[in-house]
Amino acid sequence: MLFYGTRLSSPLMLGTAQYPSPEILSSAVRQAEAGVITVSLRREAAGERAGQAFWALIRELGVPVLPNTAGCHTVREAVTTAHMAREVFETDWIKLEVIGESDTLQPDVFGLVEAARILSSEGFRVFPYTTEDLVVAERLLAAGCEVLMPWGAPIGSGKGLNNLFGLRALRAHFPDTPLVVDAGIGLPSHAAQALELGYDAVLINTAVAKAGDPVAMARAFRLAVEAGRLAYDADPMEARDMAAPSTPLLGRPVLG
Amino acid sequence: MSGGAAILVRGAGVAGLVTAVTLAERGAKVTLAEAGSRIGSGASWMAGGMLAPWCEAADAPREVTEHSLGSLSWWRSHVPDVESNGSLVLAPARDTAEITRFGRRTSHFEEIGAEEIARLEPDLAGRFSRGLFFPEEGHLDPRKALPALADRLVRLGGRLLLDQADMPASAGFDYIVDCTGLRAREALGTLRGVRGEMILLRCRDVSLHRPVRMLHPRIPVYIVPRADHLFMVGATMVESENAGPMTLRSMSELMNAAWVLHPGFAEAEIIEMGTGLRPSYPDNMPLVTQEGRTVFVNGMFRHGYLLSPWLAARAADLIFG
Repeated sequence: MLFYGTRLSSPLMLGTAQYPSPEILSSAVRQAEAGVITVSLRREAAGERAGQAFWALIRELGVPVLPNTAGCHTVREAVTTAHMAREVFETDWIKLEVIGESDTLQPDVFGLVEAARILSSEGFRVFPYTTEDLVVAERLLAAGCEVLMPWGAPIGSGKGLNNLFGLRALRAHFPDTPLVVDAGIGLPSHAAQALELGYDAVLINTAVAKAGDPVAMARAFRLAVEAGRLAYDADPMEARDMAAPSTPLLGRPVLG
Repeated sequence: MSGGAAILVRGAGVAGLVTAVTLAERGAKVTLAEAGSRIGSGASWMAGGMLAPWCEAADAPREVTEHSLGSLSWWRSHVPDVESNGSLVLAPARDTAEITRFGRRTSHFEEIGAEEIARLEPDLAGRFSRGLFFPEEGHLDPRKALPALADRLVRLGGRLLLDQADMPASAGFDYIVDCTGLRAREALGTLRGVRGEMILLRCRDVSLHRPVRMLHPRIPVYIVPRADHLFMVGATMVESENAGPMTLRSMSELMNAAWVLHPGFAEAEIIEMGTGLRPSYPDNMPLVTQEGRTVFVNGMFRHGYLLSPWLAARAADLIFG
């Protein structure tokens, strides 16, 4: 699946926040073989390019950068941050977050659609962080988005894919739109599960950055997304209620 | 190099002061030159002053703990008013999973419940049901400790020169020890600044005997009690070299943590809001390096008070062999 015309080298998107040090972050990105890295742009770092030293470290990783609007609570704030990000990272890609509730960091889907419309009309390639709601997804596509990033669970909660039905429905409803599970993944098994559902990528940050050994965890996630993708492409068997012995049990009454 | 060497130490922050005193104690003739008009004009003045080698293991490499085990006793033997009451780690009721994580990565603590928390900090009675107590840790007030070190240097025969925007020429000195933090970045290419913000509160309604770390998945905050009903609340970590005034977001996060610890903080007076840049290498670990007759002590990141005694000893080893 192409993300705005670009094929990613890996279905693993890795966030760059909260690592113990930039050096551990670099090693984690290398071990993850991440296809994209996301970077949040804080206002106090953007003024006079005060974040330059850290951004230089990010650019040196040589992985496509997807800046985000993390922490923005209003449309205007998100749009302003997107403008700063375009200037700093010289990309029109933007992961759009408009937070509606500061406790759960749940997206404000109304503000999200509006900000997506504004940014799309200005030429941005918008990656919206949304819920698994189908109608909101339709509105985001109508607003110009060509990628959807539904949550698995609230950001940083590590609770995995909480609404499997919703995520499956989204996949079935939008077979041609790149879909990324964005938030809530805590374990490599959650990431594998998202790929097994047919999702095109997962975005991980806290689960790697806050692990005791972020570099080892990054590798674990790389292996998990590889397994999940292979499994999806291999057309998995259907689960069934009855046991189905793989070797015939001769001489045993199996129906009875 | 034997004792009696003439050494110029540049930068009177915590790294420079501790190094100057250490060198003077080994018999060097030390001149400490500071560009600013007072000592501790950089990040050192904004620090919490926690001497917490065991707690730091939660997020820092093992070396930070290993190299800071002698730190508390160094400070106790060099400046007055160093407290050794341990430190307390708490979390709001719904974030107690963070205590589990913290405990898994640290050692030398006691798991304590409501009763023990109330015994250690009577003002927190009934507010928390679970915590970790690190009895072997301590804390100091940087704004008292640094001047005390400067006095000590002078008593040891050292010289302290302020307002040295153009640093004294290195001629006439056997060694230069550069402890100028981010000012040394041209010589030390990979150095960067990590922004930190803190607030100083005065609150007569709450008293604490030791630093309290409030764990939170996004916004970990510590509160360090100081004399005269003062409390230092810190500190944010932002990958930015903007040393401009604190943002409302950071202020709200720090103040909220204080309020969650004890509602009495709602009536606290806000005495100061401060911002500093922590000089940091890419691995966030400090380094002692040498180029000819110049020794650099830099990259203290969050660990200036904790690691300076160890680093100063390494710098002295380099010079005296």
